[in-house]
Parts: sequence; structure tokens; C-alpha cells
Amino acid sequence: MPPWLDDFLYAYGSFIYGLGVNAILGLSMYAVLALGQLSLGQAAFMGIGAYTSAVLTVRFGVPFPLVLCAAMTTPMVAAALIGVPTLRLTGVYLAMATIGFGEVMRILYINTDYIGGALGFSGIPQKAQGWIIYGLLAVILLGFISATRSKLGRAFEAIREDEDAARAIGIHVAAYKFTTLLISAALAGLAGALNAHFSSFIGPNEYGFDTAVTILSFAILGGVTTPLGPVLGAFVLSALPELLRPLHDFRLVFNGLIIVLVVIFLPRGILGFRVRRVG
Amino acid sequence: MSEPLLEVARITCRFAGLVAVDDLSFVVAPGSVHALIGPNGAGKTTLFNLISGLQRPNQGSIRFRDRDITALRPYARVALGLGRTFQNLRLFGEMTVLENVLAGRHVRLGVSWPATVLRLGAARSEEWAAIERARELLRFVKLEDQQEQLASSLAYGDQRRLEIARALATDPKLLLLDEPAAGMNPTETAALAALLQSLRGGGLTILLIEHDMNFVMGLCDRLTVLNFGRKIAEGTPSEIRVHPAVIEAYLGGSYRAQAQAEGAA
Repeated sequence: MPPWLDDFLYAYGSFIYGLGVNAILGLSMYAVLALGQLSLGQAAFMGIGAYTSAVLTVRFGVPFPLVLCAAMTTPMVAAALIGVPTLRLTGVYLAMATIGFGEVMRILYINTDYIGGALGFSGIPQKAQGWIIYGLLAVILLGFISATRSKLGRAFEAIREDEDAARAIGIHVAAYKFTTLLISAALAGLAGALNAHFSSFIGPNEYGFDTAVTILSFAILGGVTTPLGPVLGAFVLSALPELLRPLHDFRLVFNGLIIVLVVIFLPRGILGFRVRRVG
Repeated sequence: MSEPLLEVARITCRFAGLVAVDDLSFVVAPGSVHALIGPNGAGKTTLFNLISGLQRPNQGSIRFRDRDITALRPYARVALGLGRTFQNLRLFGEMTVLENVLAGRHVRLGVSWPATVLRLGAARSEEWAAIERARELLRFVKLEDQQEQLASSLAYGDQRRLEIARALATDPKLLLLDEPAAGMNPTETAALAALLQSLRGGGLTILLIEHDMNFVMGLCDRLTVLNFGRKIAEGTPSEIRVHPAVIEAYLGGSYRAQAQAEGAA
């Protein structure tokens, strides 16, 4: 590694890692929004992945690849438990159930001493290197692009546009909604584990409603007509606070303003172009 | 008569006290064009929703191809060969014409999702075959030149034909058409009649709801007439044309006068 790159990574390493992790979170949001489902549980799923990974690494010394697999599995189980009763209902029920679920998890973390309680869980080794984060991001992104341009993308879009019409042409709507919710939870859990293993500290308040809305805003800013949208949205919204550091406390106002402007003027997001769903 | 393709037996569907379909039974013979007629609110669309599985009946059963499908989910019925269109067009407006038909092909595409995402050979050849089939159907409904347009940008009559092509892409044995000629001009209606005739010629069974009497009478082999969710008459077009209860409930006074004049002549 050339010395300038070493210096750069020393100064900006966690920022750059954070961009990659947020992009994975953006894709986890895409997995549900592409079918027109609104989940506000991405932060909670991320938290489950983060805590699972921290416990397995620190308390049990499990190898990192296995830790990542486990951090994807546990939020999937949680998503399955939430999904079975709520996915049959249309509208805002999934959103409401997932908000409630996030709150439950936060209270659970605060009151569980085994995982640090309100003080959080610290001393997690920094095992998530840049190549792991960006390698996983690339694989996930390519997977979504491939899915979008196939019969799966057509099924997603059909469900998003008109569920009954999708049913009437033989798309198993419930199975698609359930599977994509599980995939979305797994990706959020993966992001949580990666985040825990470069920031070395996680706390119960990192996975609350604020984070859920931030993850949603990645997708809204970038748009969900293509999987590239939430990735770009995550990059922009995660980089802005750094670029806008001179504005001090007004930085978040700027974030909110951008989202309002995008919703009004670019309702499909900044990357709102149509993708071909054939191939 | 051969075994019926579809058999609706004593089916009842209620919505909050309103009986939309009331103890209704009828059969559709294979290879026939069967029409459901009746005034607005007679329960025709509800009956379609019951047959296609978007709605569950309170009582009664539905058999299709010698199987009880009353408890099957909609996608499973499509897989068995039940295709349908909607009264108010339900196309996927943000997909192209070709993608809409390909979406209709979904139920016949069996390659697993991991193979699809990894673009294995089986997935690629399946997709190519699906595209071929979709183009064939678009030629059949005369939309091949518009295949890359967004479905929402098509003219009204073209959207109706696209919805039929999308339903045909599921390889139905029985096609349910909910007012296919609604809102069409006479030229479009004639083209649609020719299209349905050629489908019947290919062995497809069609069950349709339609208000345009000339269209229905010229096309169908049998009619079932509904009023207030009940069957009030059934028979061939010539029988229904002179059926007193039908004339009273549906066709109206001017038609009765016309029928009497024809009867007298």
C-alpha cells in the first residue's frame, strides 16, 4: 500500500467503510420497496445482526465468515416472525409492525447486561476490512441488477403496481413478499455485523427509529426503479454530513431539505430511470 | 355432452349483508364460448373473482378440470389453466408491452431464482423461449410494432388487446374476459370478435361478461343470465333472446318489442 493511501485510510477509513455499509443498507431497503412494501424495521434487523455478530466474535471467538452468516440468519428469523402475520395485510401494517419491533429490540438491548445494556457493547475487533465490505456490496448489487432484469424483476414490478393483477397472472404474491422481506432482513443484519466490526462499538440507540428513517431516505433519494438508486442515495446522504461539516448543527437540516426537494421534484429519486426487465 | 371444464356448484358470496352471488350453479363446456350477462350489480364480476380466486365464497364449490379448486390460491389456479382479464384495465403501466406479456408468462417459467440471478444456461434459454412466445402473442393481437412502448401509452383498444395477450401468455385452458369490448369503437369491437373467434378455433374455452348484445349474441354458444346474484335463465342465444324473464330484467322494453316483431315476422 502506498504511504499516501495509508494516510488517507487512517484519516477517512471508517468514513469510507461506512459508505459501503450504508449502501448495503440501501439495498436492503430496495429489496422490500421494489415490491411496494414499506418496512421500517431495517434498523432493527441491522441491530440484531450487529449484536449477534458482536456476541459471537467477542464471547465465543467464532471465525468472521461464520459470524457474518449468523448475523444474516438471526434477523431473517425475526423477519419471518413479523412477516407471517403482517404480510397478508396491505397498506401500512408492515410499517407499523416493524416500527414497534424496533422499539421492542431497543428496550431489550438496554435491559440485557450480557450485551452491555445501556452502555453498549465495546471492544469488538476490527475485522471488517474495506475489501470485504466493498466486495460484498459489489456481489449484492450485481445480484440485484441481475434479478431486476429477469422474471424476478417483472414479478417485483407487477406486485408493486397492482397486486391483484399480479395474482391473476399467476404470481405467488405472498411468497415473493415473504422472501424479499427475509432477504432484506439478512442484508440489514450483514450491514450491522460489518458496521460493528469496524466501529468496534455498538449501542442500543444506534438502531432506533432515526436510523430506520435514514435508511428509508437512502432509497427515496436515489429512487427504487433500479438497485443503483439506493446505493447512490446512501453514498450522497452519508457523504453530505462530512462535506457539510462547516455548517455545524445545520447539517441535518440540509439533509432533510434535500429529501423534501427530491420528493417534490424527483418523485422517482435522482436515478429514476426505467430499467429493461427482459434478459 | 362431455365433462364440463368448469363447474360452479351452489356458490354464495356475501359482503357485509349484501348477497353478491346467491346459490349460483352453472357449467362451462370445453371448447365453448359462454357468456354471463345481467344488469350492473348482478354479481358477474364477483363471480369472476370467485372463479379466479381473488375472492373466497361463503358457500359452494368450484371445480376446474376435474379438480376442486375452491380452496386454491389464485396463482395455483392460473397454473392449472385459468386466465383472466379485468373490467377496468389492470395493466402494468410502467412496464413495456413486451414486459407485460412476459409477466403473464411468469407462471410457466420454472427455473429457480438462484439460477435466474446467476443467469445459468437454463435461465437464459427459458427467458429466450419466453420472449419468442411473447412476440408470437403480440403478433397475434397485432401489437408487435408497439412492443417497446410503455403499456400506459397505448390507445385504449390496444390496451384491451394487450391484457388479453398477457392472459394468453399464462397458457390458459379457460379464459375469463370481463367486458372485453367495453369502451371499444365498432371497428375495434369487430377486430376483437375476430380475435376471439380464432381463439375458439384454436380450442380455447372462453367465459365472458359483456354488455354489448350484438357482440355477445354473435359470438357465444351459451349464455347464463344473472340478476341480483341469481341465475334467472340459461340457454343458447336464440333461446335467451325470447326468454321472458331475461327480457324483463335486462334487455328491456324496446328489445321486447323488437323480439315480438321478429317473432311475428
